[in-house]
This record gives sequence, C-alpha cells and structure tokens, in this order.
Amino acid sequence: MRWQRVTVAIPYLWLLVFFLLPFAIILKISLADPVIAQPPFTPTFDAQGGLSVTLDNFLFLLTDKLYAITYLNSVLMALAAMLLCLLLGFPMAYGIARAAPQTRSLLLLLIVLPFWISFLLRVYAWMGLLNNYGVINNVLMWLGLIDQPIQFMYTNFAVFIGLTYSYLPFMILPLYATLERMDLDLIEAAQDLGASRTQAFWDVTWPLARAGVIAGCLLVFIPAMGEYVIPYLLGGPESMLIGRVLFDEFFVNRDWPLASSVAIVLLLLLVVPIVFMQRNEAKLEEVE
Amino acid sequence: MKQSRLIISILVFGYAFLYIPLVSVIFYSFNDSRLATVWGGFSTRWYGELFRNDQILDAMFLSLRIAATSATFATILGTMAGLILVRFGRFRGRALFSGMITSPLVMPEVITGLSLLLLFVSLQQLIGWPGQRGFSTITIAHTTFSMAYVAVVVRSRLAAMDESLEEAAMDLGCGPLRVIFDITLPLIAPAMVAGWLLAFTLSLDDLVIASFVSGPGSSTLPMYIFSKVKLGVTPDINALASLIILFVSVGLLLSWATMRKRSA
Repeated sequence: MRWQRVTVAIPYLWLLVFFLLPFAIILKISLADPVIAQPPFTPTFDAQGGLSVTLDNFLFLLTDKLYAITYLNSVLMALAAMLLCLLLGFPMAYGIARAAPQTRSLLLLLIVLPFWISFLLRVYAWMGLLNNYGVINNVLMWLGLIDQPIQFMYTNFAVFIGLTYSYLPFMILPLYATLERMDLDLIEAAQDLGASRTQAFWDVTWPLARAGVIAGCLLVFIPAMGEYVIPYLLGGPESMLIGRVLFDEFFVNRDWPLASSVAIVLLLLLVVPIVFMQRNEAKLEEVE
Repeated sequence: MKQSRLIISILVFGYAFLYIPLVSVIFYSFNDSRLATVWGGFSTRWYGELFRNDQILDAMFLSLRIAATSATFATILGTMAGLILVRFGRFRGRALFSGMITSPLVMPEVITGLSLLLLFVSLQQLIGWPGQRGFSTITIAHTTFSMAYVAVVVRSRLAAMDESLEEAAMDLGCGPLRVIFDITLPLIAPAMVAGWLLAFTLSLDDLVIASFVSGPGSSTLPMYIFSKVKLGVTPDINALASLIILFVSVGLLLSWATMRKRSA
C-alpha cells in the first residue's frame, strides 16, 4: 500500500541520513591525512581523481602504547562499574520486585527519578562530596577516623564511583522487569523439593533472570566505555578514558582523522556487545 | 513475602547512595560562603544571582527551544517507527531498520556527536547547508537519538495492546489509515506523551553531542554549566542544580500520586 511505504520511508530515510551515513563519513575521514586547512583533512580523491587513502592513523593507534593503555583502561573501568552495578543492583531490583505493590511503585519511581535530573549535575554533585574539603572528608575528619583529607577527587576511584552512580538505574530497571515477572512458586517448589536457599537462587532465580542480567550489564558497559563527562570532571591524569581522548584529539589537537580512527576502533570494540544486546532484546520480547 | 534483612539493608544503602549527593547539593546551595564547601551561614543569595545572570537565562531559553522542537519531531518519527516495527509485518530492509532504531540507545555520545558533526561539515561543503551550526543542527542531532527512545516506549505499548479493537474497526469497513488515526493513535497517546517527555528531558540533558554539533555563540544550558564546573564547585550552579532537582522531584511525585489515586 502506498501510505504504508511513505510511513516506512520517512523515518527510514531520516535514520539513513543522520545515523548510518555519518558512520561512512567517519570511516572516510579516518583514512585521510590531517592538514592545516578548512576542513582539516585531505580529500579522499586527489586532483587527478585517484583514490588517496592512508592507514597511518590506525597504524599510529596500534604502535603508540598510550592508546592501547587507554582502550584497556576504558574496558577495565567499564567492567568494574558494571560489576558493582550488578552487585548492588541485583539485590535492589529483587527487593523492589518483592515489595508490596504500594511501596513497589514508589521505590521504582525513586529509581527512575535521577534519570530526569541532569546527568551532568548528578556527576557535579559528586565533586562536592569527594573534594578534599568535601562532605565525605569532613564527615570522616569529624568522626576522628582520619587526620587529614584523603585525596578522592581526580583519581580512578572517583571515576569508578561516578560511573557506578550514573549507570546504576540502567542496571536495576531491566533486572526488575525480569524479576517481577518471575513465578515465585518455582522457588518455593525447589525449596519444597529439598533445595537450600542458595541452591534455589543459583538453580532457579539466576537462570530465569539471566536475560535481564545481560541487558542490564550491556546497558551499563556500552555507554560507560565511551564516557566523557565523568573522567573529565572526576578523573585525574592517570584516568584517561577513550571518550576523553577522542574529545581532546578533536577539539584540542584538531586532528580530525585521528579522532575519527579512535572512534572507529571504539566502535569495532563495541560491535560485538551491541549485536549481542539486540539478540538478547529479541529473546526478552519472546518471553513476553 | 517477607524480605530478608540483607535485602533491606542493601536497599537502604542503595537509595542512600542514589540520593545523598542530591541532598548535599541542595544543602550547600544555601551556603553563604563563596567557597562552596566551607559552611558560611544560611543564605539564599545564590538563587537571586541566578536570575540576574543573562548567560544562564539565554542558555536555558535556547535549551528549552531545542528540547521542545526535537521532542516533537522525535515523537512523530519514533511513533512511526514503533508502528512500523509492531504492525507492518515484514518488509525489505526491516533488519537494518530495527538495528538503526535500537543502536542510538547505547551508542557512546562521543561517537554520535563526532559522526554528526562530520556529516554537517561534509554537507556544508557539498550543498552549502547548514551555513551555521546551532539551533538547527543540535535539534536534528537530538531528534535522531531521542526518536529511538520514543520508538521503544511506543513499541512496548503497542505490543502489549489488544489488536481486537483495530480488527473490529477494519471489519466494520474502516480503511487502514482511519484505523490508525481513529483507533491506534488515541490508544497509544499516553505512550506518545511519555515518549515526548523522555525526549524533552534527554535533549535538555545532553552535553556531549551538543558540544560537537553546535557552533560559536550557541551555548545550551549543559554547555554553560560544564564550562563553569570544569573549574570546580561553584555556589550558583549549586542553586541551579537544586532548583532542577526540586522541580523534577515535585513534578514526578505529583504525577505518581495522581496516577495512584486514579488507579485506586
């Protein structure tokens, strides 16, 4: 039908132009050389119409140790934040799912509420807490536990806390969705048949919640990998994450080709988890 | 079912973790001292200064305009996308389409921002548009990522919905377009409103993508805040943050309370 085609065509074209095409352009520029010009990179085709591409940027990323360390640092930091989110988020989601309906909706609201408050301001709030003269150090000194402030700000620890704090709701919501749907009789049945509480958890609850666990972990891990604001505001020189390096290559060094190749490599690292997430989403929908 | 003590203590700890930073910002916003972390007595002067700061007001106005425009486009496009995915069955290129609509949900902002800026620069070389980056480019960028969120909200509502009303209308001789406008859209209206609000908030919230695609002279509110807090904690940003926290909390709690009353 014609109107159906038009309905498909409009959002389809929008996404092709503003989502897919930009990636082709990043790829194109990552294969160019930087020059001092406007825009600051060499054209893909030279004056004679010949193809002029170079892998120099990618070779540079491979040979310069700093980038390898930064990518590794980002993976480790994102993994650490993901694990702490899971450790804290799973029991929270479980507790919310098992609460009385009246309390449950309030508890859920309190999980969603931070979403609606600016992300930037929530990270900023931690600057006031972690400062040398901030709330945490003041409280610890007042309690007499320490004599002089502990350096929290501008460390990997601050970035780790910032990531966990910002992405915790992304972990709790999908976990809650699967745990809430779970049939409690199954756990009771397992216990009636002689399983201990731990056994019942690992043999019944965990496998049933797995799709939610995967969804939550990926929703934390993937965006945390490219995070810019948190390492910038809370991190120090040793906590270089790849999102910040990309931003600086682009805005500070004005090396567009190198920034583009940093983005391409980050994207390649994320392709597997992103595809995995979409598969998992499809599975979650089937369960519904 | 009774909760174990362990679960309850983790819940308490988790909520404290989520809310202590927000409470501390509100507390310090009433601090008279310019050194934002040293208590210098109670004062509301930073709130007054907020409203005399033209830069903040300009940035806020620009952000609100972008958020309202991009949320409206995102709701239209995202609703279409949701309808396509749930009701249109198979069509050529469906896999690519559903991939493109879900990827922006997790795509790191630095990649989205960089890729869109490079697109705008290339377009400007080729066709001369956009001549200047600012309102229009930020609006397009925000529409693109927030339509994905609207599509998710609309899609889950459509998937949970009973198709029998639409079928009944068809049986009674309604054309497919009329079914959509007279039956489907009114039924998913709450999801569209929720999607619009979500898109609006996401747009107001975005710093990284806007930093890439904006041009000189057009600072959104997050860009202004970021340029100030880069240098450390400042009392007027504490006041601004507190106002936003209070506004959002009161709004959400009120809507929660009315919904609860209605469902009770």
